[in-house]
Amino acid sequence: MHLTNIETIPGKTITEHYGIVSGSTVRAKHAGRDIMAGLKNIFGGELKGYTELLSESRDEALERMKEQARSLGANAVVNVRFSTSSVAAGAAELYVYGTAVSVN
Amino acid sequence: MDEGTEIIINIFLILIPIVLGYFIGKHLEKKHYISIKEREKEYAHIPTIGLKHPLQPDLVTESKLVSGSVVISIDHFKRLVAALRNIFGGNIAAYESLIDRARREAILRMKEQALDADEIINIRIETSSISKNSRKGSIGSVEAYAYGTALKY
Repeated sequence: MHLTNIETIPGKTITEHYGIVSGSTVRAKHAGRDIMAGLKNIFGGELKGYTELLSESRDEALERMKEQARSLGANAVVNVRFSTSSVAAGAAELYVYGTAVSVN
Repeated sequence: MDEGTEIIINIFLILIPIVLGYFIGKHLEKKHYISIKEREKEYAHIPTIGLKHPLQPDLVTESKLVSGSVVISIDHFKRLVAALRNIFGGNIAAYESLIDRARREAILRMKEQALDADEIINIRIETSSISKNSRKGSIGSVEAYAYGTALKY
């Protein structure tokens, strides 16, 4: 599965177009991480727990998008975009979308 | 325990995180900036470009989506300074350096995923404040997420 965030896959031609595909996850952080982050907050700096949590969820969203593209018979997704929104206190939604295409 | 000592203890409990935040936070930020600058030099051979189209589209052999992200939080001292700033308005330098660090770190992590690439095009950077705490409002941490398409010629 090829993924790019530009409109084409360089060096390949798009033969078919399947429309938009997307994947999303809503994740809440668990209490343990929250307490650690609260301590880390005093000194500032990177909150590794949150970084990991968000990248895991983003991978999950990407995986769901790829799954959807695969089920349509596509072998690439172009023009991929990510977006993040916080839906509730302590939970974030990671959303990824793109255009499923066939290339050769 | 009489009332006087209790008040003093309470003041200490509030002051300790702020003082610790000032010294340790300052030290950590300095260390982070040194490491950012070092790695920026190290990875300078991979150009990151905001353009949508490759400069030499016919020569591209491989393309891949790459990304990097980081969550960085502000220390207690700076949070206090920022809160005071809010009264008078103006530049909040404390937050400027926070977001600057987050974005540069995210770009570096993205580059780390594509060390053998010749070029990364169509860079997008997303910033979001992810950890909203229902009790105290925002706790002052931001996430920066950078992504782009890595190309090999």
